[in-house]
Amino acid sequence: MRELEYPFDGALLLKKRKALKRQLLEEQRDWLDKRIAILGGSTTHDIRDMLELFLLNQGIRPAFYESEYAQYWQDAMFPNPALEEFRPDVIYVHTSLRNLTAFPALTDSPEQVEELLRAQYARFEGMWERLGEVYACPVIQNNFEYPFWRLMGNRDAADLHGRVNFVTRLNLRFAEYAQGHEGFYLHDLNYLAADYGLEAWSDPFYWHMYKYALAVPAIPRLAFSVANMVKSLFGKNKKAFALDLDNTLWGGVIGDDGVEGIQVGQETSLGQVYSEFQDYLKAHKALGVILNIISKNDPENALAGLNHPEEVLRPEDFILIKANWDPKSRNLVDMAHELSLLPEAFVFVDDNPAEREIVRQQVPGACVPEVGDKPEGFLGILDRSGFFEVTALTGDDLKRGEMYRDNAARSRLQATFTDYGEYLRSLEMKASIRPFEEPYLQRIAQLTNKSNQFNLTTLRCTPEEIGAMAADPNCITLAGKLDDRFGTNGVVALTAGKAKGDTCDIILWLMSCRVLKRDMEKAMLDELVRQCRERELVRLRGHYYPTAKNAMVREFYEAMGFTLLETDGNGNKTYELDISGYTNQNAYIEVSV
Amino acid sequence: MTREEAFERVNKVFRDIFDDETITVNDATTAADIEDWDSLEHINLIVALEEEFGMKFTMGEITGMKDVGESVDLILARATQ
Repeated sequence: MRELEYPFDGALLLKKRKALKRQLLEEQRDWLDKRIAILGGSTTHDIRDMLELFLLNQGIRPAFYESEYAQYWQDAMFPNPALEEFRPDVIYVHTSLRNLTAFPALTDSPEQVEELLRAQYARFEGMWERLGEVYACPVIQNNFEYPFWRLMGNRDAADLHGRVNFVTRLNLRFAEYAQGHEGFYLHDLNYLAADYGLEAWSDPFYWHMYKYALAVPAIPRLAFSVANMVKSLFGKNKKAFALDLDNTLWGGVIGDDGVEGIQVGQETSLGQVYSEFQDYLKAHKALGVILNIISKNDPENALAGLNHPEEVLRPEDFILIKANWDPKSRNLVDMAHELSLLPEAFVFVDDNPAEREIVRQQVPGACVPEVGDKPEGFLGILDRSGFFEVTALTGDDLKRGEMYRDNAARSRLQATFTDYGEYLRSLEMKASIRPFEEPYLQRIAQLTNKSNQFNLTTLRCTPEEIGAMAADPNCITLAGKLDDRFGTNGVVALTAGKAKGDTCDIILWLMSCRVLKRDMEKAMLDELVRQCRERELVRLRGHYYPTAKNAMVREFYEAMGFTLLETDGNGNKTYELDISGYTNQNAYIEVSV
Repeated sequence: MTREEAFERVNKVFRDIFDDETITVNDATTAADIEDWDSLEHINLIVALEEEFGMKFTMGEITGMKDVGESVDLILARATQ
């Protein structure tokens, strides 16, 4: 919904929240239901309402637990049947400077200040440890905004007794904890308050009138920021850019102005703006975000522009370059198909409002930020939109660009074979199939949250739930990695089954679309059967739960040799496979376990 | 801006906040007259009225306000839009 995309009108959201919520819930979507506990150190009512809107907009339908006024610490530290029964999927601890119970006095010795810092920190650390033990779900914790007054003025930042200094050091401690603890995520309230304007953010009126720790008009910004972290945890980040060229990556129109005429580089102010924007986009490659072009141009002009000597982004930085005169909506759909991504995984960036409108109308769910018409504003709007909010950075993210490039090379090779088996053999594939184990638990959870197409049960899991599955003696967990002569694909296939009597019930089966049609699913089934036999299980039970996106695997179990047992009214199917006569199906992949 | 015009805009804000097109407020309307008007919704009303009329109420004014009529008096005295 446009109203909920950055840059949004926060006052409108606050005022129209009820009507907007109603409209969002009327949309036909595959809702992801999540339970979110807000543990507040101040009033959280409007924060909950705004968080709900932004999450609904992401396809996440939240149920909330909200602590009583300022009871965050008590709620966390003491037995809490209500919260335990709620079983939160995420806990958000909304604390602020108002929740610090002591600050240094000017007369304190350095040791006393240190002790004070330790004590304030320990109160929080103890709470996080307990939340981790009892609830075992991701915890999002605010750091602290800067104080809104400074007794010593500028010296407050430098002097050990200054509040600014104290808060800065405490925030660093929080960050250190986050670095050492998976499943704990720091919400940078300090940056957000600075970005909004600390004076307006900390307007004491709202604290004294309503016990809000921030100005009510700032709440939509806070909620948007938290919602971005939550949607990232549940695998709803964007994956790719689809970028226009003329007046988006450079100033001017290459077809009219020629290579010499476009503005980019250090010669002019406008050229510098575009160079900075290109630097920003290029940096996303390191996050695993892939860059692509959709431009209305002749291909040779597009390439000539990208080869301009001052260009930061070069042709080799892009996975796909679509330079033609077709509608951009069609190019976007084709591009998604070629990369085995969904169209909504792309962020479409174009300076031209008409092009943006066509894509919005023709590609349902497309992400088309309102970047405006000022090139100096593009970067700020994209950055604050949180499309690629990083909650966990896995090795696979860093290598994703290479993987897409390897896939392009495989496609070229495939074109030279007429026999598909010959092609598979030529790939020299090697798979490793291992139980769910470190260091892959994050990656495994990430896969369960973002795989939509090749996903039989669409079971979404947090890293904690994946860890619990791995530790369950009744669970068989398989995580498959696939390498070939072009490169490594990392963990791409997951299967998990639960032993019940003499049957293994398959609760999770998914595969990344980047290894479709490679027979990896056969290798996974072979291994699953082998392990079932070791445990003296005699049959497999499989489930297919249809969603809007997984039609690809509607007949998967039939193809693998299972027998359909029943189909319920919602199209959910149950299958069985007697494994006594099973023979291995994989012929092309060398498997190690 | 006449008092009637102010009331019309105030009424629109009430309808948005409570998502109820049947609401009509007058001078004597108080929280007792609207079912969902609790202290939390009161905050939203104040913030939305401030936004609508480009003005700020002081803390003293908010705590002293007895009915909608009083808030309209303050709005008429200080509205910038």
